[in-house]
Amino acid sequence: MKSNTTTKFLAISIVTYAILAVCMATGVINGYISGIIVSILINIIMAVSLAFVTGYLGELVLGHAGFMGIGAYVSAIITMNIDLPMFIEFPFAVICGGIFAALIGILIGIPALRLRGDYLGIITLGFGEIIRIVLNNLKITNGAQGLSGVPSYSNFTITFLIVILTIVILYKIINSRQGRVVIAIRENEIAADCVGVSTFYYKTMAFSIAALFAGIGGGLYAHYHTVINPTSFGFALSIEYLIIVVLGGMGNLFGTVLAGIILGILNEALRSFSEYRTIIYSLVLITIMICRSKGITMQIIISKINVSKKNNPEKLNQRRHKKC
Amino acid sequence: MELFIQQIINGLHIGSIYALIALGYTMVYGIVKLINFAHGDIMMVGAYTAFVGITIFDLSILMALLLSVLVCSILGVTIEKIAYKPLRNAPRMWALITAIGVSFFLQSLIMILFGASTKPFPSFPSNPIKIGSLQISQITIVSVVVAVILMICLELFIKKTKLGKAMRASSEDAQAASLMGISVNKTISLAFFIGSALAAIGGVLFVVAYPQVKPMMGVMPGLKAFIAAVLGGIGIIPGAMLGGFTLGFIESFTKGFVSSFWPPATLWADAVLFSVLIIVLLIKPTGILGKNIREKV
Repeated sequence: MKSNTTTKFLAISIVTYAILAVCMATGVINGYISGIIVSILINIIMAVSLAFVTGYLGELVLGHAGFMGIGAYVSAIITMNIDLPMFIEFPFAVICGGIFAALIGILIGIPALRLRGDYLGIITLGFGEIIRIVLNNLKITNGAQGLSGVPSYSNFTITFLIVILTIVILYKIINSRQGRVVIAIRENEIAADCVGVSTFYYKTMAFSIAALFAGIGGGLYAHYHTVINPTSFGFALSIEYLIIVVLGGMGNLFGTVLAGIILGILNEALRSFSEYRTIIYSLVLITIMICRSKGITMQIIISKINVSKKNNPEKLNQRRHKKC
Repeated sequence: MELFIQQIINGLHIGSIYALIALGYTMVYGIVKLINFAHGDIMMVGAYTAFVGITIFDLSILMALLLSVLVCSILGVTIEKIAYKPLRNAPRMWALITAIGVSFFLQSLIMILFGASTKPFPSFPSNPIKIGSLQISQITIVSVVVAVILMICLELFIKKTKLGKAMRASSEDAQAASLMGISVNKTISLAFFIGSALAAIGGVLFVVAYPQVKPMMGVMPGLKAFIAAVLGGIGIIPGAMLGGFTLGFIESFTKGFVSSFWPPATLWADAVLFSVLIIVLLIKPTGILGKNIREKV
């Protein structure tokens, strides 16, 4: 079943990639739309990594964009300052950005993860804002003007590849022993503690893995937009990713991917309404949340289009009944 | 030394505004356990209402204040009824996202109605009272006095009246309170009503102190007021006041006092605020006045 899902996912993604790549090559999708696609892909990396902490570990994080900012700045500074061929310096820079973000994640996680629930959310919000203010005031990050002239390395193919890698790696982690521990902590932290799980270790691990991927996402962002400034990695961006995670069903990777795509398209579709865009967006958001509380969930929609049968308890139950 | 006392006065001024907004956060969180992210935007609506009242309808500042209190308290209760009530039994993160949605909605609504640009708020002539070389503007005195009176009233309301008792009971255990015949729904509406009214007053005081209005003006004060509420211990009313004043002092000291020795301090003022929050939360996770609740298995 497990490998089955992975192969299915890989097949779907290869087909998607092929279709999109052909459309781009033949000019059916123009440069503007392919830009939107890349932005959506970067959003997916960010949302999926946040889903690992918020959905699977069950901890509210309101400062995810801060890690993205760290990754973006570190990788941009590396590629701007060393002079190597693109295929060496770009992966190096992005990975360095990710690792640096993960280190900061561990540094923040060690004190912060002692807290729970809303308090953890607040403290991550505080750290996210501090990261933004530090980026805003350091010399090496060029203050409020930010960095411009970052080499334009990210493109559709690379971003798509990293999205697939991120999802597969996170999926493998979630279905491994470590992932089961993380889910056990979400279900009942005290019980997990009692059976001898070092909850603190696993929480920090999950937190730093999420920060790692956020940093990588930030690296891609920096090398796609070529201009970065601290204000773009503020509280509002963290909230945007949290919205994707919650709409995706919290603890459902494929739901998160789908929510990222739908919200990205919605955001673009509403662009023609200009100033009415945010008002419609917010109304849609409130309506979706109220609908969900009445039982209309993303999981049902997903099971309807048959992406992830496995995560749907209803279907599983139905199948069990059939067996009986 | 004079600079020091001047900064204490400035801290009292801005702190009283933060405290007023923080009270709304604390009351709502105490009962529904919801971080009401739209609270800062309710304050913004209050400021805009006063702006409209003064510039278009030519009201006096007192009438404008009453108008914005009325508008905001109705708005707060309506938001609660429409957006938060259906989610009362849903996971808390959903309600949080809804609150963020409401916050976006209010911001974009004001942006459509008034435009995204910053508008000057009519300023009031103020003859600063001079004590030696100290200057205390009348606005500061009025703000602090209004804030303190309101807080005392609120504290008396919560401690002495029946409705206040119902509120305390609901925040302790909503289910048990409803079994005792308390209408939890009405109590929640009341919390939103009072919280939004206080936010409106805070908004008007804020806009008088910094005379300009813009759609995003509620975000930063809202966030800081929220920090104030957490700092003092969220859900505890004296805590919100203590947190608000502490935050006001820290802010005016880093901006006004430390910056006279080290100029970049103004840029780092918000970072200092957040660091204080983090340190307090790490030492005492439930805030300064918070009670430590042990988790039962």
